[in-house]
Amino acid sequence: MIANSALAKSAPSRPARRPRRKGMPGPLVMTTLQAGLLLVLLAAWYVLVSAKIFPVFFFGNPVQVFEQIFTWFATGEIFVHLATTLIETLLAFVIGVLSGIGAGLWLGLSPLTAALFDPYIKALNAMPRVILGPIFIVWFGLGIGSKVALGVTLVFFVVFFNVFQGVREVNPVILANARMLGANRRQLLSTVYIPSALSWVFSSLHMSVGMAFVGAVVGEYLGSARGVGYLILQAEATFDVNAVFAGIIVLTAFALVLDFAVTVIEKRLIVGKPK
Amino acid sequence: MTLATHPGAHPGALRPAMPATDHGAGSAAAPPPALLFDHVTVRFGAYTAVSDAHLQVADGEFVSIVGPTGCGKSTLLNVAAGLLEPTEGDICVYGRSLAGLNRAAGYLFQADALMPWRTALRNVITGLEYAGTARAEAERLGNEWLARVGLSGHGERFPHEMSGGMRKRVALAQTLIRDPRIVLMDEPFSALDVQTRVLMENELLQLWTTYRKSVLFITHDLEEAISLSDRVIILSAGPSTHPIAEFKIDLERPRDVAEIRMTPRFVELYHLIWDAMKEEVLKAYERNQRKLAD
Ligand SMILES: Nc1ncnc2c1ncn2[C@@H]1O[C@H](COP(=O)(O)OP(=O)(O)OP(=O)(O)O)[C@@H](O)[C@H]1O
Ligand SMILES: [Mg+2]
Repeated sequence: MIANSALAKSAPSRPARRPRRKGMPGPLVMTTLQAGLLLVLLAAWYVLVSAKIFPVFFFGNPVQVFEQIFTWFATGEIFVHLATTLIETLLAFVIGVLSGIGAGLWLGLSPLTAALFDPYIKALNAMPRVILGPIFIVWFGLGIGSKVALGVTLVFFVVFFNVFQGVREVNPVILANARMLGANRRQLLSTVYIPSALSWVFSSLHMSVGMAFVGAVVGEYLGSARGVGYLILQAEATFDVNAVFAGIIVLTAFALVLDFAVTVIEKRLIVGKPK
Repeated sequence: MTLATHPGAHPGALRPAMPATDHGAGSAAAPPPALLFDHVTVRFGAYTAVSDAHLQVADGEFVSIVGPTGCGKSTLLNVAAGLLEPTEGDICVYGRSLAGLNRAAGYLFQADALMPWRTALRNVITGLEYAGTARAEAERLGNEWLARVGLSGHGERFPHEMSGGMRKRVALAQTLIRDPRIVLMDEPFSALDVQTRVLMENELLQLWTTYRKSVLFITHDLEEAISLSDRVIILSAGPSTHPIAEFKIDLERPRDVAEIRMTPRFVELYHLIWDAMKEEVLKAYERNQRKLAD
């Protein structure tokens, strides 16, 4: 028996952590520096506007911007908009990912169909899909339908191309091995093609969520009655530049939270990731 | 076609290559060979990789194929597995011409073939899963096999968390758990260090003695081939590769692959086979030199 414990434990040893480069401050110092940089920028903004070097009409005032954000949260006015944008983003993401996986698998496994659709897919992908927004508003109205539709068209192609490529580039040895182990067509699909394509989907998760978010916000901006994009649209209409900036900051924070959530989910899902 | 059976000095080696197991004196017709390459030719476009290869593996026999790198060893194994159809000739499995995949065979690939998204245990039981074995039973067998290849307690590891040697052992368990009658192995140990290699070779011999599979084993290491096999087949350098000689290995069993290399008979066989190979090796070398000169 080779159950030799010394042997069996010969797992590759990983370097514990990359040694800190010389002259590189620690993580705590770095965070402090980054926060400091933000404060300096805000202060510069405030000083430049107060000293009338920048016209306040176009650049707003950081103090009023944060007052506006505070009011939104204090009155609870913002939550319905945040919830709307979140729902649109999630729906666009889920529908886009599922349809992208389905189409990617189908075309990836059927070269004939793929060849047939090839020019159309290229054209659709090359088209700036944001211009579909107005059409979606005509089709699906001012509610969340049109925003989800726009997000789906953006997410779909990211996922579709990844899955398509994932299926095309399935490791031929793994495939041959599965066949030798007795897999039928359906089993090959569920145990080789789909997992292999999914690892590509995971690698594009951040991008997909970002796309869903862009679809939701741009859709709202083009015409809506709710959502963070709508807030900005409204503020713009009344020339309330402070509210516009406030909306942008809330959106950015929202995007960062979404991205962080994806990272957390990613860590839980991608266990046996190759590479 | 210059297939010569070199008899050793031993009188026992004079008889034609026979399966290691004796099939009773009374049996009239010899059982059909596990594998028969019937004048197989394989071309890739204009390139003839294998030309008119004729060889066989008897039921329960351990046969090694030795040949210079790139000569077409993996190609022959792919043909035996049914993954590659020969351009000319036929491949017979237990007397039947093979159509499609070889369902009687397990194949240990030269390259890494584990699913990176499955743990060691799940990789090992993949074949049972395909066959519809109940999960609990499959896992019990899987853990048994992991223990057998020295990996008990490592079932939850993913391939990227294991060393190359560990992955090879998982692959070995994955292939053998399905209990195939024929085992095709493509340089399974060539990436391992000497100690691990000897351990795994002994392990393989022990498994083979227990289960009496028909094994077609590919290597470019002559010592490994001699110490494991009943018979060693030498391939010519490519292109148009074909067997040029075969040797019956009459070393006693059970063997210890490390110790058997010290015996005089092993050394004798080694020199015998090396003499036959030298010419081919030189030919391949010259061809490479010429290619470099161009
Ligand atoms: N699919 C293919 N298409 C074209 N040529 C191929 C293909 N597969 C193999 N060959 C060629 O056939 C020859 C034999 O290849 P093969 O992989 O069988 O060699 P090998 O003896 O297994 O080599 P090694 O010892 O390095 O594994 C090589 O020259 C290779 O380039
Ligand atoms: Mg090879």
